[in-house]
Amino acid sequence: MTKVHVTTTINGDPTEFLCEPDETLLDVLRDRLGMTGSKEGCGTGDCGACSVTLNGRLVCSCLVLGAEAEGQEIGTIEGMAQGENLHVLQKKFIEHAALQCGICTPGLLVAAKSLLEKNPDPTEEETRYWLAGNLCRCTGYDKIIRAVMDAAKEMREAA
Amino acid sequence: MALDSKSDLPQFKVVGTRPARPDGIDKVTGRARFGADMSAPGMLTGLILRSPHAHARIVSIDTSKAEALAGVHAVVTRKDFREITDDDFTADILDNCMAGAKALYDGHAIAAVAASSTKIAREALKLIDVTYEKLDHVTDVDEAIEDGAPVLHEGRSDETVPAGMSPNVLSRYEFGHGDPEEGLKNADHVVERTYKTEATHQGYIEPHACLAQMGPDGQGDLWVCTQGHYMVRNTCAAILGIEQGQLRVTASEIGGGFGGKTTLFLEPVALMLAKKSGRPVKMVMTRSEVLRATGPTASTSIDVKIGMTKDGKITAGFAEMRYQGGAYPGSPVEFGAMSAFAPYDLEHVKTIGWDIVTNRPKAAAYRAPGAPMAAFAVESAIDELARHFGLDPLEVRLKNAAREGTKASYGPTYPAIGLEATLRTAKDHPHWSAPLGENQGRGVACGFWFNFGGDTCVTLNITPDGTVTVSEGNPDIGGSRASMSMMAAEELGIPYEKVRTIVADTGSLGQNEVTDGSRVTFAVGLATIEAARAAKREMCKRAAMIWGIDEEAVEWVDGAAQPAGPNAGKFPPMTLAEIAETASNTGGPIAGHHEANPEGAGVSFATHMCDVEVDPDTGAAKILRYTVFQDAGKAIHPAYVEGQFQGGAAQGIGWALNEEYIYGDDGILQNAGFLDYRVPVASDLPMIDAVILEIPNPGHPYGVRGVGETSIVPPLAAVANAVSAAAGVRMTDLPMSPPKLLAALHAKG
Ligand code: FES
Ligand code: FES
Repeated sequence: MTKVHVTTTINGDPTEFLCEPDETLLDVLRDRLGMTGSKEGCGTGDCGACSVTLNGRLVCSCLVLGAEAEGQEIGTIEGMAQGENLHVLQKKFIEHAALQCGICTPGLLVAAKSLLEKNPDPTEEETRYWLAGNLCRCTGYDKIIRAVMDAAKEMREAA
Repeated sequence: MALDSKSDLPQFKVVGTRPARPDGIDKVTGRARFGADMSAPGMLTGLILRSPHAHARIVSIDTSKAEALAGVHAVVTRKDFREITDDDFTADILDNCMAGAKALYDGHAIAAVAASSTKIAREALKLIDVTYEKLDHVTDVDEAIEDGAPVLHEGRSDETVPAGMSPNVLSRYEFGHGDPEEGLKNADHVVERTYKTEATHQGYIEPHACLAQMGPDGQGDLWVCTQGHYMVRNTCAAILGIEQGQLRVTASEIGGGFGGKTTLFLEPVALMLAKKSGRPVKMVMTRSEVLRATGPTASTSIDVKIGMTKDGKITAGFAEMRYQGGAYPGSPVEFGAMSAFAPYDLEHVKTIGWDIVTNRPKAAAYRAPGAPMAAFAVESAIDELARHFGLDPLEVRLKNAAREGTKASYGPTYPAIGLEATLRTAKDHPHWSAPLGENQGRGVACGFWFNFGGDTCVTLNITPDGTVTVSEGNPDIGGSRASMSMMAAEELGIPYEKVRTIVADTGSLGQNEVTDGSRVTFAVGLATIEAARAAKREMCKRAAMIWGIDEEAVEWVDGAAQPAGPNAGKFPPMTLAEIAETASNTGGPIAGHHEANPEGAGVSFATHMCDVEVDPDTGAAKILRYTVFQDAGKAIHPAYVEGQFQGGAAQGIGWALNEEYIYGDDGILQNAGFLDYRVPVASDLPMIDAVILEIPNPGHPYGVRGVGETSIVPPLAAVANAVSAAAGVRMTDLPMSPPKLLAALHAKG
């Protein structure tokens, strides 16, 4: 199989890469581009650790082919903070101790950001259902839900 | 109403606050490097070929075609490893990492390759030709001990096993005192039942991963996600026949472990591939490999007999427990048999445990190994007895609760413990009196865990500008670096922000026990405090030298040395930073260190309370409300203590309701993925209220008890008691998945 040449944008940076036609976007990010912030917990779309956005839409990058990134805009955890300024969600996750081991954290942050872009004032139930695709084995979700809802509140107040 | 004792502990300034953790920013930005996030120049990909059979003799393995494939740099089978004849424990770990004569379970490692790309490595696995002779298999714990059951190993049973039992029974354990048969005679009612629990997996989100290098000179380097890199070093050295000092192991950030990363799976294989190929080799498991070949806890079958008087006094407790630990000795049945009745003050109590092998993956530790299943059985029976007499289940537990001075069922006599405080606080909590609706039920249960100490080393360095670095040897699995920095700051009297704690590699410190047994905040915390005290002594000495007074005439107060009393002389306090600045002229750099194997890890108790609603049409049980009451001794960072309570409860809820290893008749695991092995997701759970009680542990300078494991002990029973109350039928088999619960509801009619 010959490799595919892909031209795309990742976190605003114009990016080119070669990948196998059957290679996932997650593998491209991690193994070819050195962007290891997105994690592989399952490779089958069941854990959300690999969450990224594709033209603003939340996807599991383990279920997207690298070749599909052609001409698209990809957003990953590495693009969430602006320079040294953390996103409100990132600050709230630290403040609320919403991570123990932290392996689920990048995926949860990407997913939560995409929730708040769609729904700036989610209820607890809406937050729980939106994040139901992101497994966390350490926290029991309590502090994660609190962090996301507190971030939503702060973002609403700042808006 | 807080029942925690107000003790003479120091007034804390840093301990008990909730500062940001030192690894926080790395972890929210994606910068933190976990097991699979490391690479090395010239690195190869290592993959493992696994058995498709539950039980088979390995007749031959032909690797020649794989070796001939361009891009393949090494192929490894068991033949590449030396035979270990003097140490069964290590020999079993090796056999589990790479099968010898037989494949003992679906997913057992048979061979491994290292190739220049993942694609080539996958191709190479297909070219390995293995001839198997299939054997009969057994995966159920009760079937494994029947006459004529397929036998995994001959001659592995120890002297505790009576003659004539199946060779699959490897050990027998017994604990207790008094005479339960005698005690049962005084009971007004006896509950006698058999309870079963299915195996569950720790379910850490990060699959096992490592990056190995190994030179022909016997020097090696290993980067690995593990709960104990010193254990990895020592066991890999034993397996490979190299010296411990020649193998340097660095622990990556760890994406969850819960006990499952306290042993080896990939590491010796990766080192062997690296040695044979002369190249760095990276290995990362898939989720399906994680479920098929690592971790799970034991499945169990437990007979319980408990007698009670009509006013709620337990007259006797008896349990016979069968735990299968997969294909090798070492199910956690001993801990199960020790902990089953630990919360109670009983005159007559006895537990018998049987360690049994089956054709399943080798059980690894899982959070309070062995205890949750035992508590499920005992706490279910106690609940049934309380209901039989119409008694308040919390009152019944209070009436029988172990206290200071109680002789525990497993032997020792308890010092000050917190069980009673958790029960009284639970009784006074608004949750206990909240109304319930239709199809809803409430359950409570107690749980216990021993907590461990273990070998521990800490080095604390004072830098020239007066900041402090702490090196410890235990992977930080839930915020322990923050806790160590807090204890160091507290002891030194400086701000938390002035201390940075790192997890050092195996070349930097002496031996450290694995991050297990809820030992880290206790043991590493103790060593950190002692290291800080050693540094303080040295700093007082330096100040004394500068002032020209006696060392004994200097004391450390609020981050500075000062003359102790008016007779010592009149000198303004000299801060840590000032002493550090001149250290070069007063004797050189300043550090403190402490090495110990501390005894005195205080046992920890919890009471959990849970409300569920059962859907009579589907058999689904939904958790409505959940409260954890647990004794932490002293909560160093309360947010992380709450996190341990909440996380343990959530794992226990999963175990109670959904999680299970499902084997087909062919002995093949049917649900080796997160879609079918269903761990709780955010929408399954309510908020989990965490109530921290603080009954100081006399064995720790600040009163700390381990908190990580007790939290998974009560939930199986708390949920089962709630579901049984809601459904009006006693549930004795876990998980109480919708089909099982629906069948029970139908059977009840
Ligand atoms: S790795 Fe993509 S969903 Fe789990
Ligand atoms: S913090 Fe460990 S999986 Fe979420």
